[in-house]
Amino acid sequence: MASSTEHAPHTDTGIKLPVLKREKLILNERSYHWITDRICGIIENRQPFLWWLLFIPCSLIALIGVGGGLSYLVSTGVGVWGMSNRVFWGWDITNFVFWIGIGHAGTLISAVLFLTRQNWRTSINRAAEAMTIFAVICAGIFPAFHVGRVWFAWFLAPIPNANAIWQNFKSPLLWDVFAVSTYFTISLIFWFLGMVPDLATIRDRCKPGLRKVLYGIFALGWRGGNRQWSHYEMAYLLLAALSTPLVLSVHSVVSFDFATSVVPGWHTTIFPPYFVAGAIFGGFAMVLTIMVPARFIYGLQDLITMKHIDNMAKIILLTGTIVGYAYLMELFVAFYSGAIYEIDAFKFRIAGPYWWAYAAMMSLNVLSPQVFWFKACRENLWVVMIVAMCVNVGMWFERFVIIVTTLARMFLPGDWKTYSPSYVEMMTFVGTIGLFLTLFLLFLRFLPCINIAEVKWTKLESDPHFDDNESHPDHGTEEIASYQKEFVESKS
Amino acid sequence: MSTTRKRVYGYLAEFKSASALYKAAEKVRDAGFRKWDCYTPYPVHGLDAAMGMKRSILPWFVFFGGVTGCATAFALAYSTQVLIYPTVVQAKPTNIFTIPAFFPIMFELTILFSGFTVLFGLLGLIQLPRLNHPLFASKQFHRATDDGFFIAIEARDAKFGPDSTRNLLAEIGGENIELVEEED
Repeated sequence: MASSTEHAPHTDTGIKLPVLKREKLILNERSYHWITDRICGIIENRQPFLWWLLFIPCSLIALIGVGGGLSYLVSTGVGVWGMSNRVFWGWDITNFVFWIGIGHAGTLISAVLFLTRQNWRTSINRAAEAMTIFAVICAGIFPAFHVGRVWFAWFLAPIPNANAIWQNFKSPLLWDVFAVSTYFTISLIFWFLGMVPDLATIRDRCKPGLRKVLYGIFALGWRGGNRQWSHYEMAYLLLAALSTPLVLSVHSVVSFDFATSVVPGWHTTIFPPYFVAGAIFGGFAMVLTIMVPARFIYGLQDLITMKHIDNMAKIILLTGTIVGYAYLMELFVAFYSGAIYEIDAFKFRIAGPYWWAYAAMMSLNVLSPQVFWFKACRENLWVVMIVAMCVNVGMWFERFVIIVTTLARMFLPGDWKTYSPSYVEMMTFVGTIGLFLTLFLLFLRFLPCINIAEVKWTKLESDPHFDDNESHPDHGTEEIASYQKEFVESKS
Repeated sequence: MSTTRKRVYGYLAEFKSASALYKAAEKVRDAGFRKWDCYTPYPVHGLDAAMGMKRSILPWFVFFGGVTGCATAFALAYSTQVLIYPTVVQAKPTNIFTIPAFFPIMFELTILFSGFTVLFGLLGLIQLPRLNHPLFASKQFHRATDDGFFIAIEARDAKFGPDSTRNLLAEIGGENIELVEEED
């Protein structure tokens, strides 16, 4: 293996099949230095006015909503979250599932698209991974605080309590604790390791001083030697391979919270794949929601091209359609089961007092992405943004429909309630949106929002054999181009 | 005159592109050097072979990390649920047949321990964090994380010679050849 570089097989013989032209991932032939300058410039220069315009209200909302809301909750008691009936944790679990789902696109982009060698991921993976981390932080707030006395949240950890009783390892709720905390930890490692070479880039551009010391510490002294890159690439591959089943498991385990209960409307085997598809769907919508404005504000059009947005729109279309299939399959299975409780649960969802939530879910999640069948819609950023916002709202309604409408009609009529969240709960949820955006804006301000090293790698001349194309008539030469042209013409 | 003694770290040479670096690396490899490295702003694929390097052994560490994680989760779940304090919940058994209910946590801890092994195994293999390095004294080395392609041959290599190594680097297309020194 080690010294076999000169014996590469000849690929320039035999029949040549035409290949589609690859779209460029970096426009305008930007140089390595331009890429470094543009991405590091975001951190080094003053932030645009728009950044402050977003940051100040978002951080205030986060402070009042999450800081104020939770302080009030802890100092007063869970009564302010309306926890007097079991429907009433509906709001908090809806928000938990919503935020966890958002995170999934980040891992999908960084891990699954890495394993499948989708090079377009390089421009968006860093921001999407950051989004994962921040979304999981927002998600964690709800289960941690809805337990009531938050200082007993350590009960979730596998430590025996005062009566020497251990956690119930057979419960999906404990699986959830392990799944979500593993997910957060692995995502953080993945995000940090991916950032080390770029932090070194920033370190090397800093003037001596506190900034250089801080970026230097987090860059770990990275030098970019191939003896480091070689292990680093292996580590990255391994983390991608570990994250791929992990991301599928996390939302599956979240869905087990519902699917393993004997509750009509929840007790279905379709839940795990349906939740995972929905999570990727909602996550990609959130990536678009935050990256399209960021691309515009920081002038990253040459790195995050229309091709990237087009690909994400297609993934939204695909996963949205899968989610639509799951909604219909759920109805079919309820009908086909013949179980009266199951059928009634779905009748109640569609035509009960929560019909508006079901209608919102169906139209926003299933119908709105269908416009992406049309190229004109995928190329119009206004349409893309509107659909992304529709999906964000629609996915929130999906969780609301699943959780609240089911809990509002359990077996015992004593549980039947018309649900409305308390003001403190609503405030906390709005606060988490503020918290998420605040963290993301701080990320844009202090960390490289695009993977500098990997984006450079996608340039054509980054291939060490780029210069050899002249001597090998196998690809990229005029001969094959003319052959392709002939082939296409002969077909039409 | 500076009063501090300096020790020679080695030669640093710049190459104009990834392909130039790749061809140069093959020649340095064939000249029989061992203590040297190529510095690039992004991972250049194929450079491992051009440098005569072996595949990373990190996956082996991670395999054992994963096995440890899986065993830990099983031990934790089985000992607490079956041996120490069996609790019957939802009529689920409290013996070895409970094992399917332990699978999710066994899976999660396998991933968690593997992930930690990746992180710490990597840091061990690439010998980081190390915040200072003789190469950082070079005036041009900062470009290795921007758009520069470098080869550095260390003085502690047996084949290193003050003139012969400089000539080799110049021969294979190295520019801005610099003698990097560290303070003793």
